Amino acid sequence: MDYYAGIDVGSLTADAVLIDKKGKILGYAILPTGNNSQKAATEAFETALFRAGLSKGDVNRVVSTGYSRARVQEAQGSKTEIACHARGAVCLVPDAGTIIDIGGQDSKAILVGEDGRVINFAMNDKCAAGTGRFLEVMAGALDVPLGKMGDLAFESQEELTISSICTVFAESEVVSLISQGKGPADISMAVSRAIARRTAGLATRVGVTDTVVMTGGVAKNKAVVRLLSEDIGHPIRVPDEPQIVGALGAAIIAKEGNGD
Amino acid sequence: MTEFKAFSKMKELMTNYYIEAKTTKEKPIAWITSGAPVEFLFAMDIIPIYPENYAAMCAANHQSVELMEAAEEAGFSQDICAYARTDFGADLTQGGPAGGLPPPHFLVCSTNICKTVIKWYEVVARKYNVPLFIVDTPFLHEGLNKDLIDYTVRQLKDLENFLSEFMGRPFDRERFYKVLALSQEAAEQWKKMLYLGKTMPSPFNSLDSFIHLGPIVTLRGTKECVDYYKLLYKEVAERAEKKIGSIPEEKYRVLWDNLPVWFKMRRLERFFEEKKCTLVVTTYANSWGGLGNHQTEAENDPYELLAASYLNVYINWGFEERIKYLAQLIEEFSLTGFIMHSNRSCKPYSVGMYRLQEELSRLTGRPGVVIEADQNDPRVYSDAQVETRLEAFIESMGSN
Repeated sequence: MDYYAGIDVGSLTADAVLIDKKGKILGYAILPTGNNSQKAATEAFETALFRAGLSKGDVNRVVSTGYSRARVQEAQGSKTEIACHARGAVCLVPDAGTIIDIGGQDSKAILVGEDGRVINFAMNDKCAAGTGRFLEVMAGALDVPLGKMGDLAFESQEELTISSICTVFAESEVVSLISQGKGPADISMAVSRAIARRTAGLATRVGVTDTVVMTGGVAKNKAVVRLLSEDIGHPIRVPDEPQIVGALGAAIIAKEGNGD
Repeated sequence: MTEFKAFSKMKELMTNYYIEAKTTKEKPIAWITSGAPVEFLFAMDIIPIYPENYAAMCAANHQSVELMEAAEEAGFSQDICAYARTDFGADLTQGGPAGGLPPPHFLVCSTNICKTVIKWYEVVARKYNVPLFIVDTPFLHEGLNKDLIDYTVRQLKDLENFLSEFMGRPFDRERFYKVLALSQEAAEQWKKMLYLGKTMPSPFNSLDSFIHLGPIVTLRGTKECVDYYKLLYKEVAERAEKKIGSIPEEKYRVLWDNLPVWFKMRRLERFFEEKKCTLVVTTYANSWGGLGNHQTEAENDPYELLAASYLNVYINWGFEERIKYLAQLIEEFSLTGFIMHSNRSCKPYSVGMYRLQEELSRLTGRPGVVIEADQNDPRVYSDAQVETRLEAFIESMGSN
């Protein structure tokens, strides 16, 4: 059998996916990137191999993606996360047209053609507002585990607004809301709304199609997904494991023998 | 950069220009904006000094940050154009590659490049207590018209009177006509060279044209400038003839809109070469080819010609004109895509860029990308973010 791997090393997590020649996922791993992206990439790759019951020698080709894509020793090629998220999303949802990815330090909207080809894309500017890091900082300020932010938001009773578009200033807004006695559920909802609004702008810029897919860690936050869906006026499909879509796309590109 | 023998000649020209300006005892010095009618100054033996050119030199030499910090410490906001901040800092500390600029005897600025120059030059005028002449060139929302030309011509006549009064002698009109002819000839040579980029592979890239801009900005109106661009043209034409490209393999040909990122020239050059992508043409370098576009027949009024030329520059155009021109360049130069530098420093160049990108892609069917950067301030630039966007853009050209 032939096996292929994709490794996506982003600012927050390093993800690896192993597939066979039919594109079936055999194993994957999501690990924190930490302060050594090369080491994180190797560990994610080895963990995914272990889970798939494979060894390095079984893998024909590895393609890397994400911000540290050029520094992944195991990879024979690399591709940008824009191309990889597009390929991965289309693999999971074949009629995907608009793909919204919110990662650790980037949020992006990608418009793809029928064959998974990137037609257009838009990314956040240099500011971290509306990214995974934004959500993480706000979870820290609220002292709520990141994974609980979405569920908590649904308990919101009062509509609050986070007006600032800057992560640092928005954090101080959250702190002042806390000191005004506002509840964490209402604040969490306001944070989700801020992210959804910014991301909706990106999606509208590239064009919203019938089938919208959301990938990246923030897609695990159900409140953000629901608000974003309302903002763009379209249902959003979220894959079972949205965080590995970039790595999956890289693995598919490896299978095709591509990636420079 | 592509190796041109002419490069050493340019270095010599630019060095001599700055040495003369720094040491002259006889000739007055005028600070002037890049898009102002400098021909009037040469006609009266005044040395024009371009703070914009100096700011770019500081950034290319990786000295802009310390100078901008000096300006910011003196109270200038980080939101002001980075050229202005670099020059304020260079003036305060006498820093940068030439150890500051020679003090001005008067100032000339033209609003065709932006409105910041008014406040910028007012600051300089106050500091040195010297007169400031502003040539107001209104924005061309719907193209050029007679009223706009007349309005600008009247100001050019005022400029003559101002110079005559300042120098205490009549304005030298005969000399002015000669200068104007030289200026036109230099612009023609420059444009002719830039249009050799139509050759595939392109014999030079836009990073080269940014470097070789020096003389057309600072010395247009002199014979040295004309001679220099004749020399450069000959060399580039030879390469075009022999089909020698600026990079080993040219797979993609793209347009660059807006100013260069002066502090990233080398890195971007390596990046594009690795990606087999040539920056073929830029709206920025093309801006100094405008004077060559107009008729030179004797019956044409030279004042109207100058007024029209200085009004009719890309950055002073409305949206529709910009789109038409960009689309035309993309076709004429057989380009595969376009890069728009959303330049934090230069608002009039960057405004409406996302809309421009969308419309231009629709019109031409070619992909484009907007990158967020700055002409002179490395503190607002991120290699990883810019390069990821550029790489994804190049990938999208590859799949088409």
